[in-house]
Amino acid sequence: MRRAAFSVAMLVLALLGLGGCGDGPGSGADLTIYSGRNEELVGDLLERFERETGLKVDVRYGDSAELAATIAEEGDNSPADVFFSQDAGALGAVEGTLTTMPRSVLGAVPERFRDPGNRWAGVSGRARVIAYDTKKFDEDEVPDSVFDLTAKRWKGKVGLPPSNASFQAFVSAMRLDVGDERTREWLEAMKDNDPKVYDNNIQTVEAIGRGEIELGLVNHYYLYELKREDPDLAAANHFPKAGDPGSLINAAGVGILRTTDHKNNAERFARFLVSREAQRYFADRTSEYPLIGGVARRGDLPPLDEVIGPQVELGKLGEKLRSTLDLLNEVGFTT
Amino acid sequence: MGVAAVALVCLPLAYLIVRVAGAGPDAWSVLERPRTWMLIAKTVALVAAVTAGAVLVGVPAAFLVTRTDLPGRRFWTVALALPLVLPSYVLALALLAVSGPGGLLGLPALQGFPGAVVALILATYPFVFLLCVAALRRADPALEEAARGLGRGPGRVFREVTLPLLRPGIAAGALLVALYTLADFGVVSLMRAEALTRSVFLQYRGAFDREPAAVLALVLVVLTVLVLVAEQRARSRMPPARGGGRTVRAAAAVPLGRMRAPALAFCGAVATMGLVLPVCVLVVWLLRRTPSLDGVAAATLNSLLVAVIAAAVTTLAALPVAILAARFRRGWTVALERMGYGANALPGIVAALAFVFFAARHAPVIYQSLALLVAAYLVRFFPQALAGTSAALARAEPRLEEASRGLGRGPTRTLATVTVPLVAPGLLAGAALVLLSTLKELPATLVLRPIGFDTLATEVWTATSVSQYSQAALPALLLCALAVPAVWALVVRGSREFGQLGN
Repeated sequence: MRRAAFSVAMLVLALLGLGGCGDGPGSGADLTIYSGRNEELVGDLLERFERETGLKVDVRYGDSAELAATIAEEGDNSPADVFFSQDAGALGAVEGTLTTMPRSVLGAVPERFRDPGNRWAGVSGRARVIAYDTKKFDEDEVPDSVFDLTAKRWKGKVGLPPSNASFQAFVSAMRLDVGDERTREWLEAMKDNDPKVYDNNIQTVEAIGRGEIELGLVNHYYLYELKREDPDLAAANHFPKAGDPGSLINAAGVGILRTTDHKNNAERFARFLVSREAQRYFADRTSEYPLIGGVARRGDLPPLDEVIGPQVELGKLGEKLRSTLDLLNEVGFTT
Repeated sequence: MGVAAVALVCLPLAYLIVRVAGAGPDAWSVLERPRTWMLIAKTVALVAAVTAGAVLVGVPAAFLVTRTDLPGRRFWTVALALPLVLPSYVLALALLAVSGPGGLLGLPALQGFPGAVVALILATYPFVFLLCVAALRRADPALEEAARGLGRGPGRVFREVTLPLLRPGIAAGALLVALYTLADFGVVSLMRAEALTRSVFLQYRGAFDREPAAVLALVLVVLTVLVLVAEQRARSRMPPARGGGRTVRAAAAVPLGRMRAPALAFCGAVATMGLVLPVCVLVVWLLRRTPSLDGVAAATLNSLLVAVIAAAVTTLAALPVAILAARFRRGWTVALERMGYGANALPGIVAALAFVFFAARHAPVIYQSLALLVAAYLVRFFPQALAGTSAALARAEPRLEEASRGLGRGPTRTLATVTVPLVAPGLLAGAALVLLSTLKELPATLVLRPIGFDTLATEVWTATSVSQYSQAALPALLLCALAVPAVWALVVRGSREFGQLGN
């Protein structure tokens, strides 16, 4: 019996010991980032931040909406200091858990790309596009509006990533623009048109390259990421017509959690993201739109001012996220 | 300690039930959607198709290598078992790479439901194959020879004599395949096939309210329990093993004659699809672009570290339960052992969700810690360790322990100096199995790993989720290389515990 008691003690000790060292990655870090942006895209940038500041940074990667839901579930227990989101909607959805962003960060970013309540700031811009297969047709044959994608012509030919935050933001924008009723109708018509569903933007563009689908609803920069691996990829971007929900301009952005124990480091990270160096990284490495003045975008992208999205404020996307997720679920895109 | 271990094993399910029960009627509305029922139907169809396929591949293969004059029988026995070293999601990845427009070989596109079926058949037929090989080796060839002597042709002998001999092996193998398919997460995700595991994961990631994911997880548990019940039934109907076990005499080979070429082609095709092709794909990717070694070394160390810890902790936790059930047989000890096996009803994604829900809300200290991940592995693979230990205990002579007691040693010293050394090989087999399973485990690792804790499995996953297949090659190959010794030990030793690989 004594042996049994001893064993129990050993098991408990072992688990506690593991708890101790398992705590290491969480509490030993100077900054914990929840990143809704993919490691392949921003991993180098975060490493640069680590090198330059000497801070030890832990990053948890995931989808932006998933991480927003995680932050909501964790509540005051959240180990995260910073939420680096792929879109403004996911930030807005958890704005109640965020603290005020320093003025130096907010001031660097154009007004349309930051929270009216000053809790988050956009750090890089992206446009929604319809990516298409260049082997199958010319750009002028690509639909100018997402509403045309429900036509028979595109049955089984369109790919989209419904679990992706940027896609969800686009759906939220459509709801704000044309109303819930029409959005639901569009989603149901799309669903009936047999779209191919992918986990993320990059898989969608890649499927175009393989010839699996002809069109894809994605952010503009994934094309360039794939072309880095395969310069001959037969895909290109088409910007839908001005004001179409399919040409939403969104921002990846950053927010600092109220519950952070590392506020200084978190602010330092936010300032780093709007620094000239990071903005150049977004322009050159990830082919996004830099948001601060003086940093040039990629040469073959249209100027941001010429891409006219729907009349929707980014700050409004957040409150729609929860119900947009439910809508996608009900229509059957995410089950 | 046994009670503590089993309590831990039962915790996830209990918490899921509590969480769903507390969520109110809204959470259940997911069950009112026709889509959910379609999803359940598709999951069942997937399980049925994979199980049938694995039996159709595994049984003939086993017959060919044990009962015929197939050239290179020993070689084929190993070659056909080796796909076990490949995690099923690596197999799926390789199939995706060679098929479809733009694929390496330009085969017809293989994805969705058919793709998942093919990948899962290739991943699981070795269970049926190995169990049937073992059954055929044990079976007395005299019956088949007598039938042949009485003028039956080889086809009728197979149908009327061999197949009935094989039935227990086939049943056990098929149920393993069914359980594996129900719990599979990696293949259905990569192939984008609709299945419950993937939906649970998508729901968990794609909604603010986590209760619907918990409801779907419980549906998955119910399906798994149904399969387990079927297994229990099948096992209770099987005749007890004949005689004293191994036969001394090898069976006389059935001449294949003109069937030799097709038989060789069959074995060759299966081994090519299941082993040669995936390995070649990985090597091609590796050569295409120099992989960045960043992170792979750390991921390898992490994989090994966590697998060794999980194997040790799980084996230690299973030991007292097995000893209680085998040597102190009472109602409650037997119940304890049964509950220990209950973890078989928890697919990885379900265990992971339960632990995340629980820790995020109620145990922030261990949330996102290595301890929580190891606890999840313990729960997941407890049955494997338990089976290894229990089988060894059943083989060990209780009389030796009685003698030790008779010679004046106390129960504790007898345990330490007689029982544990006797069951050591079984303990090690169980530990090897847990090690192997932990190395390959994907869904729980994805959901529960501490921040920044990458393993080989998560490296493969990350690389595929951004379609940088070339980056997936190195970790995938390392994963296979690490699995080879464990699989080798299990297959060569022919230990019965390998049946637990199914999870």
